[in-house]
Amino acid sequence: MTAKDLSKDEFFYGHKACAGCGGSLAVRNALKVIGKNAFAVLPAGCMSAVGFNFPQLCFANNAIISTFAGTASMLTGIEAGLRAKGATDFTAVGFAGDGGTADIGIQALSGAIDRNDNILYICYDNEAYMNTGIQKSGLTPFGAKTTTTPSGKNIHGNIRPKKNMFEIVSAHDIAYSATASIGYMEDFLNKVKKACEIRGTKYIHVIAPCPTGWGIPVSNTVEIAREIVDCGLWYLAEYENGEFTLNHDPKEFTGVVEYLKKQSRFRHLTDDDIQIIIQSRDAKWEKIRRDWRR
Amino acid sequence: MAKKFLSGDEAFAEGVKLARPQVISAYPITPQTIVVERLSEMVENGSLKSEFIHVESEHSALSCAIGASAVGARAFTATSSQGLLYMAECLPYASGGRFPIVMMNANRSTALPWNIYGDQRDSISQLDSGWIQAYAENAQEGLDFALMSYYIAEHKDVSTPFMVNLDGFVLTHTYETVDIPTQELADKFLPPYETDNRLDIENPKNMAFSAGPEHNFIFKYKEHQALLNAKKIITEAEKRFADIFGRKYTGLLETYRTEDSDYILITLGSIAGLCREIADNLRAKGKKTGVVRLRYLRPFPTEELVTAVKNAKAVGVLEKDISFGNEGTVFTNVNSALFQAKTVIPSYNFIGGLGGKNISHEDIENIFDLIENGAERVNFIGIEGGD
Amino acid sequence: MKPYLREKKNFGFSDIPGSTSFEAGYLVSVNSGWRSIKPVVNMEKCIGCMQCYLYCPDGAISIENKKAVIDYDFCKGCGICQKICKLNAIEMEAER
Repeated sequence: MTAKDLSKDEFFYGHKACAGCGGSLAVRNALKVIGKNAFAVLPAGCMSAVGFNFPQLCFANNAIISTFAGTASMLTGIEAGLRAKGATDFTAVGFAGDGGTADIGIQALSGAIDRNDNILYICYDNEAYMNTGIQKSGLTPFGAKTTTTPSGKNIHGNIRPKKNMFEIVSAHDIAYSATASIGYMEDFLNKVKKACEIRGTKYIHVIAPCPTGWGIPVSNTVEIAREIVDCGLWYLAEYENGEFTLNHDPKEFTGVVEYLKKQSRFRHLTDDDIQIIIQSRDAKWEKIRRDWRR
Repeated sequence: MAKKFLSGDEAFAEGVKLARPQVISAYPITPQTIVVERLSEMVENGSLKSEFIHVESEHSALSCAIGASAVGARAFTATSSQGLLYMAECLPYASGGRFPIVMMNANRSTALPWNIYGDQRDSISQLDSGWIQAYAENAQEGLDFALMSYYIAEHKDVSTPFMVNLDGFVLTHTYETVDIPTQELADKFLPPYETDNRLDIENPKNMAFSAGPEHNFIFKYKEHQALLNAKKIITEAEKRFADIFGRKYTGLLETYRTEDSDYILITLGSIAGLCREIADNLRAKGKKTGVVRLRYLRPFPTEELVTAVKNAKAVGVLEKDISFGNEGTVFTNVNSALFQAKTVIPSYNFIGGLGGKNISHEDIENIFDLIENGAERVNFIGIEGGD
Repeated sequence: MKPYLREKKNFGFSDIPGSTSFEAGYLVSVNSGWRSIKPVVNMEKCIGCMQCYLYCPDGAISIENKKAVIDYDFCKGCGICQKICKLNAIEMEAER
C-alpha cells in the first residue's frame, strides 16, 4: 500500500495529541486502511486521553475506551456481540500503548490469542508510560532515562532490556503477528491490510516515537522511527503459519551512537553502556539471520 | 412449566437460559462455577444459542461483557468473592456506561483468612459501584431473578447493570424443587434488548469517554436517578411476571407478620426462612415478632422499610457482613432510612455467618430476645471470648 | 468522512446523554492555537507526491489538484511535513 491507496477519509482527527505524536499517526493511518467498519477499542492511555473528551470526540468511526487492562477482553466482547447480532462486515481493532500491552494488558491479550478471537490488536510502542509523564514500562529499552528510571551516578536509566512482545505473542502460535515502525509507513500499512484479511487473532507491534518522552524535536518523529530500524535496534518482521520472516535486512547498520545521542533519554549513557546495547543488538541479529526466513 | 429438583446454581442457569443472553463470559470460582458449567452444556447441546467465551480472569469476564453490551448484545457473567473483587474496576465502568449486564454473584467470604463459604462481604463491599443489587432467598427466587433482572436492567429508564446474589453453598448448592417457565412464556415476558447506547455501523458512536468536572457531575447525577427509577420498574416487572407466570414478588423488601409486630428482625438472603420460623415460634409463646427480608440493597427500600417497621418497639439487623471499624453496612443503611423518616426506635446490629459460620435456631431466638431486652449496638453472634 | 466542527458547543443538563455514548466525530474546538510555526506549501515546487499527507499525525494535509493543502484549523505546526518533503516544497514560517 502507498499513500495513493489510502482512504481519503480521516477517522482520527481533531485530537489533542502533542504535536509530532507518533502514536496518533499510527492510529490515524491504521484506521484509514481498516475503514469505516472499524470498531476501535482504546484503553486508558495517550490516545484515549487525547481523543475522547466529551463533547470533543475525535473518531469518525465507532470507538470506545476500555479499562487499562481490558483492551483485548473488550475487543473479544465486541466481536462476539456483533457476531451474535448477525453482523459480518466489521473489524474489531484495539490500539494500546506499550504499558497497556506488555504490562497491565498482557493477560487479557494472552487470553484473546489463546481463544483465537477474530480481533486485530495494534500496540503503538513509545517505550514508556507517556500519558502519565514518562515512567518506565516493560517495553522501555535498556539505558533509557524515564521519570522512574532516572540516570545518576549509581544507575544509568533503565537496567533491563525491552520485553520481547513480538515473540511472546508469536509463541502463542497466533494467526498473524508483525513488527513495524511508523518510519516505514508503507510496510506498516501493508501489515494492517494483511491482518484485516486473516481470521483469528492478529497482533501488530508498531514503534511510534514520542518526542516528549524521547527528547527529540517534534519534527523528528518519523526520522527517528526510521533510524531505529536502520541502526538495527528494531526490526521489521512477521510471524505466520508457525514461521518468522524478516522483511527488511539492512546490509549495514547505521550508527547506534548517532541514534542514541539524538535523544535526551539516552544522552547520559557511557561508552560501556552503549557497548552493551550494540552487543545485544548483534546477538539478536545473529539469531534472526540464523533462524528466520529472509 | 416444568418442575425440576435443582441446586440454586442450576436453577439460576435455567433462568439465564430463558433470558437468551447473546454473550456469556465465564470464569470459574467456587461456589459459582456450576452456573457457567451448566450454561456451557446448554450451549454445547444446542438448547442455548449464545457466544460462550472462556475468559482468562474475572476482570476480563466483565470487560468482555461490557464490550458485548456496548454493541447492544445481551450479556451475562457470574462470579463470587475474590473474583468480584478482582473485577471491581469494571463494576463502576459497567454502571457508568449504563450497560445493563446481568451478573450472578455467589456470596462468599473474602480472604484473608481464605474461606470458600458464604457471607455477604463480597457484594456489600461493592454496594457503591452503581449496580442494582438483589438478594435471593431460595432457588426459585434466584431463577426468577435471572429472568426479571434483564427486564429491569434493560428498561430504558434504568439501563443499569444488575447483580443477583445467592448465598454461597447454603443456596447455590442446596437442592429444591423449582418451577421452570416455558421458553414461550419467558419470551413473552422478556422482549429482545433494544438500545441506542451502542456502537453501530449505521450510526457510529464514540463511547465510554472522559467528561470534565462540569459534565461529569451531571452524568453521575443521571446514573443516580436511573437507580432510583429502578424502584418503579421493579414493581412493573413483578406485576408483569405475576401476570405471565403466576408467581408474585413483593418489591424491594418482603415483610412477614410485621403489621402488629413489636420486635422486627431485618435481614437478607437465605437466612430469612429460619428467622420467620423463629418468629412464628415466638408468636406461639405470645411475643409479637416479625421479619423484614430486604430483597434489594440498591436501590435501597428507604420508604418501604420505614412503613414496615415504624410501629415496632425495636428492630434488629442480622447481616453476614461487617464494615470493620464501624458496623454492618446494612445496619448503617437501615438506621439512615429510619432516622431520616424520624422513626427513631432502638436498633441493634447482629453480625453472623462470617466465613460460613452456622446461624442456629438458638442464635435467632437469642437475637429476638436481645432486640426486646436491649443489646450492644453491634453484636457478633456466637462469638465466645470476645468483648 | 471525518470528524468536523459542530455549531452546538455548550452542553447543559438536558443535553447530556444518559449514557457515555455520543455521536462519533463531534468536534467543538480547533488546534490552531497550538502552533508557534506553521507549514507553508510552495505550490510551484509541490508535485502532490502525498508523503506529507501520509506522515501528518493530525491528518491535517489533503491533496487537492495534485497539491498539498493544509487545514490550519487542525495543524499543530510539528514540522514533520517539512522534514519529509524531498522537494523542499514546505517551509515553516513563524506564526504572528
